[in-house]
Amino acid sequence: MNSEIMFYLLAGMILVFSVLTVTSRKILRAAVYLLFVLISTAAIYFMLEYTFLAAVQLTVYAGGIVVLIIFSVLLTSHISEKAIMADRKQSLLSALAVGAGALLTLLTILRFTFVPSALPAQTSTVTDVGNALISYERDGFALPFEVISILLLAALIGAIIVARKEKDGIIATKEKK
Amino acid sequence: MTGSIPIQYFLIISTLMFFIGIYGFLTRKNLITMLMSIELILNSVNINFVTFNKYLYPQNLQGHFFTLIIIAIAAAEAAVAIAIIINIYRNFRSIDVDNVDQMKF
Repeated sequence: MNSEIMFYLLAGMILVFSVLTVTSRKILRAAVYLLFVLISTAAIYFMLEYTFLAAVQLTVYAGGIVVLIIFSVLLTSHISEKAIMADRKQSLLSALAVGAGALLTLLTILRFTFVPSALPAQTSTVTDVGNALISYERDGFALPFEVISILLLAALIGAIIVARKEKDGIIATKEKK
Repeated sequence: MTGSIPIQYFLIISTLMFFIGIYGFLTRKNLITMLMSIELILNSVNINFVTFNKYLYPQNLQGHFFTLIIIAIAAAEAAVAIAIIINIYRNFRSIDVDNVDQMKF
């Protein structure tokens, strides 16, 4: 019973703040609403008893990405600046397309019979997660772990190269401006 | 802790979140808010993976690890996207997609 109340609360928060994220005229507020959505999602992971995943969601998403987004909002626009929205025709057409897609997906979900598994749940403590990440046997994830570390390194270098201040002679776009 | 909640409820939430994200992506003009819509979409997919893992295949952790890796990719994607956005702002003095209409100038 308690978990049901909790779920409805989280579901309501996710939906309301998602809508606010995409409709708010003030960009900084939209970023804060996004933060609430991400925190509610972390709470849903806690409900599903994936505590490590919830902690990662809180630190990486709510702690890292939102701060990055807020920084870039502050760098690129004034606080009082209102976002330009699409005109009425475009937003109406988008709402129609999105509504049709959502309706179709929801109907499919509700008509499909899912068979919940009765098998005992695999625990997901930090030890389990760590062992699986370095295991190269069945149910191990050593290869994705290595690939993701290389991707992170590449993204780090790429972000620095893209965003650095251009000096004369390094990148030619500067002189044409 | 989720004993009495059917799997469909989680799927409905993630579906609605996904399409709200798509709506934002279609109607927003500011690059940063478009990035935020993409984060919403990624997040809804994460909820889907975790729910399927918990309800249908609890003996494995595949969905759990898929979500972990998606979160890492989302962080990398956000970093690179924001670097590009700041570079665009430096060149165009604006990050509205209506004003950014040249690839090179």
